Amino acid sequence: MCISWCAGGGKATMTWTLVLVLSAIAYACKVTGLVIIGGRELPEVADRCLSLIPAALVSALIVNSTFGGDDGIVVDARAVGVVAAILVATKRAPLVVVIVTGAAVTAVVRAIGLAP
Amino acid sequence: MSAIDATERSNDRSLAASCAVLGAAVGIFGIAFGVGSVAAGGSVAMTCVMSLLVFTGASQFSAVSVIASGGSTAAALAGASLLAARNGVYGLAMSRTLRGSLLKRIVAAQITIDESTAMSSAQEEPRAARLAFWCTGLSVYVFWNAGTLTGALAGNAIDPEKFGLDAAFPAGFVAMVIPHLRHRSGRRAAAIGAVICAVTIPFMPAGVPILCASVGVLVGVKRP
Repeated sequence: MCISWCAGGGKATMTWTLVLVLSAIAYACKVTGLVIIGGRELPEVADRCLSLIPAALVSALIVNSTFGGDDGIVVDARAVGVVAAILVATKRAPLVVVIVTGAAVTAVVRAIGLAP
Repeated sequence: MSAIDATERSNDRSLAASCAVLGAAVGIFGIAFGVGSVAAGGSVAMTCVMSLLVFTGASQFSAVSVIASGGSTAAALAGASLLAARNGVYGLAMSRTLRGSLLKRIVAAQITIDESTAMSSAQEEPRAARLAFWCTGLSVYVFWNAGTLTGALAGNAIDPEKFGLDAAFPAGFVAMVIPHLRHRSGRRAAAIGAVICAVTIPFMPAGVPILCASVGVLVGVKRP
């Protein structure tokens, strides 16, 4: 336990603080929607904006985890894998097929030395 | 037993089966999460507790990918919390379907996620909607956590990049974003989010570009 708590101050790493605080926030969000304000009406504009959170954030996550690196934008084998994943996903392939395609294509591109 | 009962039972069984298959598919994602979390410096215990308690895939992946790219705990929490907020909206939608005791709804809250909400809202009958919610939620819970444990244990032994598992994150997000692109406002919010993120990555600390991308939700201010 000490290793994870004391390892800070320098390289970023996973901590129990992150795990437990995120647990509390995640459950608070779920319980607020379902139990606390469940059944009440929200202003229409708030409803519309909240429903767009996944679209805006998940597409940003795609960019971040495809091109994110130590020195800003990095284009490597991940980009090829993600393009393959997009092609498969637009053919309505199930989640698991999309994930496996993205990972497999990336692994192959690396293995044959086409990109790092 | 009447013929109607028999039909109802066979419908229930096939619905429960597709909920279980969906759960199993998410389990593969759980393995990728377990591997990624350990690679980002999490212990096996930390990784498993996160899946048991946080239990919302996109937030967990977001937190781990921010940490893996060198971001702070605060940056990881901020992005993951914004993603977790959508479960509150799912809860609002599900509150019309899920009636019952307070205790039951407090348990249901933990499994109010993308998959259970999507499966439930696809059913026409209220009874089938409740069944789909519980079957999907519980099956995803079991498989997601079993997958996390498997990945966390294997993660110590395998190099995620060799198997392209770093691309499993964005690939999974691609599959998750597609249903949100069916409407014009969803497409515009996604485009704005992606562009803002790409433009801010070179100048901002890791994780912050994802927060900036939330400006995309303002598309909803205007009536469709």
